[in-house]
Amino acid sequence: MYGGGYIHDDQKKKTDSIAEDPALLAEFEARIARGEKIEPRDWMPTEYRRQLIRMIEQHAHSEIIGALPEGTWITRAPGFRRKLALMAKVQDEVGHAQLLYSAAETLGKSREDMINDLINGKSKYSNVFNYPSKTWADVAVIGFLIDAAAIVNQVANSKGSYGPYCRALERICYEESFHLKQGHSIFVYLATGTPTQRAMVQDALNRWWQPIMHFFGPSDKMSQHTETLMRWKVKMASNDDMRQQFLNMYVPKIREVGITIPDPNLHKNPETNMWEFTEPDWNEFYEVIKGNGPCNAERLAVRRAAEDNGAWVRDALRKADQQYVTPLA
Amino acid sequence: MFNKQTLDAVRSLLLFQADDHLIIGHRNSEWTGLGPILEEDIAFSSIAQDKIGHALGLYTILNENLGEAEPDTLAFMRNESDFTSCQLVELPIGEYDFSLVRHLFFDTAALIRFEDLATSSFDPVAKLARKVKGEIKYHVFHANTFIKQLGHGSEESKARLQSAINQNFGLALGMFESFEGEKLLIDQGIYKGEAAIREAWLGELQAVLLEADLKMPDAGKVEPVYGGRKGFHTEYLQPLLDEMTEVFRVDPAAEW
Repeated sequence: MYGGGYIHDDQKKKTDSIAEDPALLAEFEARIARGEKIEPRDWMPTEYRRQLIRMIEQHAHSEIIGALPEGTWITRAPGFRRKLALMAKVQDEVGHAQLLYSAAETLGKSREDMINDLINGKSKYSNVFNYPSKTWADVAVIGFLIDAAAIVNQVANSKGSYGPYCRALERICYEESFHLKQGHSIFVYLATGTPTQRAMVQDALNRWWQPIMHFFGPSDKMSQHTETLMRWKVKMASNDDMRQQFLNMYVPKIREVGITIPDPNLHKNPETNMWEFTEPDWNEFYEVIKGNGPCNAERLAVRRAAEDNGAWVRDALRKADQQYVTPLA
Repeated sequence: MFNKQTLDAVRSLLLFQADDHLIIGHRNSEWTGLGPILEEDIAFSSIAQDKIGHALGLYTILNENLGEAEPDTLAFMRNESDFTSCQLVELPIGEYDFSLVRHLFFDTAALIRFEDLATSSFDPVAKLARKVKGEIKYHVFHANTFIKQLGHGSEESKARLQSAINQNFGLALGMFESFEGEKLLIDQGIYKGEAAIREAWLGELQAVLLEADLKMPDAGKVEPVYGGRKGFHTEYLQPLLDEMTEVFRVDPAAEW
């Protein structure tokens, strides 16, 4: 997974008022327009750097925090096949965090600083991971639908302008496609299984549908101005476009196994060819971002404990004669 | 062909090894998302997957060649007292020092066992062991690397490792508890036996600890913690099994 489609930006930290050298800026924008990739040592506007760090960092955090709701089911997975697949899947997610932290480090912020910002609550991660995974069926819904939503977002972003992030995303998307198959397989087994199994998966979808609709962020009409980010190829697709694409691909797949989507208004308008749906509760969305979701405190507490417990290991591994080197890509 | 007594002994050997791998794989997987550094998180998770895979391989031989139930049934439907895993693998993951030292103890022994089994006269096991030993080699390499790094790290890391080694040495020796029919296996070239494995293990471990600047406990003065091979377990195994089978038990007849 996971970098949510919505990346939180604290407006107070914006640096777009910084006056950049017009000649350098023009050359930078021309390169992006030609489809060239920007590499770590290249000149870039301060705001571009800040936006990318914010975005890649939040994506990386989402991967390690996202390992928690699914990881808790590894020890309970029913049978060898499911257990082995889930272990491999969650390990991949942690591996993605490692790749992404490295990509973000190329922009000048160390992994340690990023993780400190995460556990101090300064830095955000995808809202979906602040919801509990209550039953085994949640593993199906997360693996199938949240990974699918993430793929829509990440495939778009892999065509962005920053080289190291694009390369990381290409590999991530490749692995995510297996995760989606894993989640879909569990989803189908439950949906076509015993009445208990069907009830489990329907209940899981009922609980996850709103977070999934939140995943891509508020409608473009409600969203902040993103024109510059689109021109710089930091943001590659609008929230609404991604949500429509997701609904196009996955609503039929959910319905074909007889599971009901908990929104009676969800339908495709034949005239506009667009999905129409009940607006999810956007107040709840902003509350969860602020830290008031059902699991925000628990997720950060677990992450903080892991960091605290591991501090002696990191100290012991850090040799005085070793110098920190920023990775190049 | 082997007679019934010999096959029963093979069954015991494979079952306790399968159980050991299943339980330690389960424990190591609990590090997923919680490692001291991302790279260790990934390493423990990867090692755990191999262990569960090895357990599956061993249960599969028990099923296909020795008439036991399906691997899922063996792993998810047996009672606690039917498990013959050693007590070392049952303990909770604790802090990273304990988990790392257990990983060193366990994998050093596992590599010696599978290197021996790779030349076993019982073909299905020999075939599996040849594949498995190649994977365990990397587990041992990982354990040794970290033991050496942390043994030469800070005062704290050195003290933590030494204390984990000392406190759990009896449990480690418990890995080499003899089992019924062992002698038949030795006589027929199927397996070299626990005493020989233990001897080789002491030698390997001593060499690694020496390089890590850590002290090897005196095996002659430590009482081994036996019982696991006979179905006697610590209070930690039953809750582990309850957790492992929680979903499976919702409907054991269902396909998951």
